[in-house]
Amino acid sequence: MRIIVSNQSELPIYAQIKEQLKEQILNGQIPEGTTLPSIRQLAKEIGVSVITTTRAYSDLEAEGFIATMQGKGSVVLSKDNSMVREQYLMRIEEGLTTAIETARVMGLPDEELTGIFRNLLRETTDKKKI
Amino acid sequence: MTKTMELLEVRGVSKHYKDFSLDNIDFVLPKGYIMGYVGQNGAGKTTTINVITHVCKQQKGEVWVDGQQYDQDPIRYRESIGYISEEFGFEKLFTLKEIRKILSDFYPTFNQAYFDELIMKWNLPEKKAIGDFSKGMKVKLMFATVFARETKLLILDEATNGLDPVVRQEVLQLLQEYIADGEHSVLFSTHILSDLEQIADYIYFIHDGRKVLYDAKEELTESYLYVKGSEEMLTEELRRNMIGIINHAFGFEAILPSSHAGLLTKDFVYEKPDIDRIVIHFIKEREGKR
Repeated sequence: MRIIVSNQSELPIYAQIKEQLKEQILNGQIPEGTTLPSIRQLAKEIGVSVITTTRAYSDLEAEGFIATMQGKGSVVLSKDNSMVREQYLMRIEEGLTTAIETARVMGLPDEELTGIFRNLLRETTDKKKI
Repeated sequence: MTKTMELLEVRGVSKHYKDFSLDNIDFVLPKGYIMGYVGQNGAGKTTTINVITHVCKQQKGEVWVDGQQYDQDPIRYRESIGYISEEFGFEKLFTLKEIRKILSDFYPTFNQAYFDELIMKWNLPEKKAIGDFSKGMKVKLMFATVFARETKLLILDEATNGLDPVVRQEVLQLLQEYIADGEHSVLFSTHILSDLEQIADYIYFIHDGRKVLYDAKEELTESYLYVKGSEEMLTEELRRNMIGIINHAFGFEAILPSSHAGLLTKDFVYEKPDIDRIVIHFIKEREGKR
């Protein structure tokens, strides 16, 4: 787990913490079941206020990424949870939309685009097998 | 014994002197949080602290520290407060030996073993007169005197003035360690927040003995925009909503409530203000209206 906050960023610090944790949960760097550091511990480690980390955690909780239990701390939830699934699907759609738009700009026919997509799918599946 | 969430409660405190009045200061600091008490020199910060520590008595209002008022149990009340100021409270010729003696005489909860542990950890010289300590060493000694007692509230009265950036950074960490268990709170008064802003949960901004702003820090920095531009860009409506417009030869700068961000065209330069910036323009606004 890594969190790096910037005072120069347009994004408020609580949002930076939230986005960085979300990113690492979505890409699997922080696996489900992981207990996150407590709100106070995190505030101390990265040198921000307790209110800032509290807000980051409560946003992550509202979006279904973590659950906070009294005395047990905040735990990363399973990815099957519908709210988190929604976030994954959104990211996939965003990525594909970028690909489609790029293809349109260069005038690539749809068949060729789907061809690229199929090839890539095959390649990454093959890599996994190796 | 009642269990409260507030560590420090200051309710409607007023104190009048011939040439200065502290007027209706009212705030709460919950357990486990840090509040920055901000204002110019002479704004009333030290008077407020003197009322809290019972060095002087207010004419109106009440103060609770950890659910206790001074009169209920003066000794316990005093014990629960740790105070660190810019001025060094001990005789300059003393060495650590005399300080140990004073602390154990005055404070029943003084833990000498823990005090010695901190002295070792921070490499404070045993035989040197404390008047010859560097500023950083003096501050660390003050922290050791507080941490070795069973306090609940730590008050810093301009204690970080003139410290170099490395020691300031260490002080920030000490403050965060102090509140880490969620049972201790810090009130630090300062005329310039600077790097302390990052760890502050709440801000109370006082000017001329009265409250100007009091809120969670994030609320404040998100409620305002720091706007710059040239004067002719200011419409009547913008002028009305801007706070503390400062004009200079080549343009203006001011604070604008974020709720009016819609009034800004792309020609303006604007960014999130820090608390010191907000303070500058609120003071400018007040002075302009006089």
